[in-house]
Amino acid sequence: MQTVEKYHAIKVDIDKCMGCTHCMKACPTEAIRVARGVANINANRCVDCGNCLRVCPVDAFYVEEDSLEQLSKYKYKVLLFPAVFIGQFPESYSESSIYEAVLSLGFTHVLEVEQPIHLLIEIIKEQVLQAKNKPLISSFCPAIVRLIQSKYPSLVDNIIRMKAPHDLGAYYAIDLLSKEGIGREEIGIFYASPCSAKMAAVERPLGEEVSVVDGLINMYELYNKVRKVIKKAKKRDSVALRKGLRRDGIVWSLPRGEACHFKGRSMAVDGIHNVVKILERMENNEVPELDFLELRSCDQGCAGGILLTGNRFLTVERLQKRSKRYLIAESSDDHCFNCPAIKEKLKSGPIQPGYVYALDTNRKLALEKLQKVDRILCQLPGIDCGACGAPNCHALAEDMVQGKAKITDCVFLQNRYLNEEKIDLAKATRNLENTWGTNRFDADCNRKGGRNEGF
Amino acid sequence: MKLVFEIARGDFTAAGKASSGIKKVLKQLLVDPKTIKRIVVAVYEAEVNVVAHSVGGTLTANISGNEITVVVQDYGPGISDIEQAMKVGFSTASRKVREMGFGAGMGLPNIKKNTDELTIQSQPGKGTMLVFSISI
Repeated sequence: MQTVEKYHAIKVDIDKCMGCTHCMKACPTEAIRVARGVANINANRCVDCGNCLRVCPVDAFYVEEDSLEQLSKYKYKVLLFPAVFIGQFPESYSESSIYEAVLSLGFTHVLEVEQPIHLLIEIIKEQVLQAKNKPLISSFCPAIVRLIQSKYPSLVDNIIRMKAPHDLGAYYAIDLLSKEGIGREEIGIFYASPCSAKMAAVERPLGEEVSVVDGLINMYELYNKVRKVIKKAKKRDSVALRKGLRRDGIVWSLPRGEACHFKGRSMAVDGIHNVVKILERMENNEVPELDFLELRSCDQGCAGGILLTGNRFLTVERLQKRSKRYLIAESSDDHCFNCPAIKEKLKSGPIQPGYVYALDTNRKLALEKLQKVDRILCQLPGIDCGACGAPNCHALAEDMVQGKAKITDCVFLQNRYLNEEKIDLAKATRNLENTWGTNRFDADCNRKGGRNEGF
Repeated sequence: MKLVFEIARGDFTAAGKASSGIKKVLKQLLVDPKTIKRIVVAVYEAEVNVVAHSVGGTLTANISGNEITVVVQDYGPGISDIEQAMKVGFSTASRKVREMGFGAGMGLPNIKKNTDELTIQSQPGKGTMLVFSISI
């Protein structure tokens, strides 16, 4: 069992959270419960996929970032961003104007992370050839790696032991600057992340000890800052900063961006709910003999990243169009000073299984708890309304056996107990307020949510 | 802990319900992932057998602190030669079933391979009862 509480990047602003069931229902790992009127995230279960952030009607979820003031600590300030950052801008902004604008925010160097991409292609190809456990699963999306770790522990050995593109970009940047005689301690590496999962992966890397990235920037905020200055930024030649960039790198984070490189059988799945279905089947041996499996938490891969502002399909279109102007990656691409050294650094250790869904470490107690869950489920109405503060009746039953909830949290059963005069009205009201907070049921014409805003 | 699943004849899309349900429980009991995999494969094969060959049946899993016992009872037509049915590659599956990607003659051998104990009782015309157990 995991004893150290895991880091997760998504936080709840309890002043903004009004207490509703959207996030709790959307969470693919049942990590959210509502208590005292606000959402609480179970750090052990959260994989930082960001679905809660997407569905929140009051924008109560946020991700922490480092402030740009930190830039002053370093002589050389490098901003790394994934290629999808370019894709979200309207086409009227050329890539050089975007580079100019980013540089004008106070960076000395700007690099897209997916370069030199042939190193990643080579590592994956080598590992696929040597694989004992097939299919090999891409380690690209940290939300998926965490999902497998906690929910599908039997598949952890299938995950490719390779770090992420932001590590590649960071090592490449350090390598390029070292060629100019600049030492590591003078360089600050800042990474603009397209999602909460990648932010968490930098803060608490999986399979590597300390991340090479020094600071994290929320891409949503960066986009707004760039849009503000983009027209005013003075012209600077940034072509040299893109000389390691290749067509394959630009589309790497899009669906089939990795899978298209393998001659054997491969498959690409995007959207965490789709991924869950495939992993379930994989555990049941119901997936054909694949060599490589690319799994991404967001629909349309990183183009649908939760910290992106544009429409994901437009982003994909722009990136695909842009990529055609670039050369195809070759193993002879040699822009780095010491490519073999970078490649070596990109290999990571094995991923440890998490087992966070076990009811108890003691088998006998776990079995007793399971039987208790079954008995409780007979009592619950099976409406899965979420009014108890848990995402469904089963989750409430599991919370109850873990001592985290009680049967009167179910509003329907509580109503029955009231009718049967087993509890009094004052207690029932207190129970409701424990879940939803005081004054939650007062009339409020300005209340957000509950208005079919999705249509 | 007892889990009961009804298995309908000919419903291939539903095969996998019992194995998924049992898998979820075993994960909550912190059973070793490799053992879970063996159990899931055996249960899935048994489910497919009932769907493909029988008129329908029931799968019951009994889970104790150190063992899972699965009883698969169907209501016919029964297996006339169990020894032959246990052979790798032997199958009585119809062409239709084979075209769906099942019926390779691996079902019972696969169950045997993944379980600690397996017994099969069958009465032609009446039904088959498969009992297997795996220590957990």
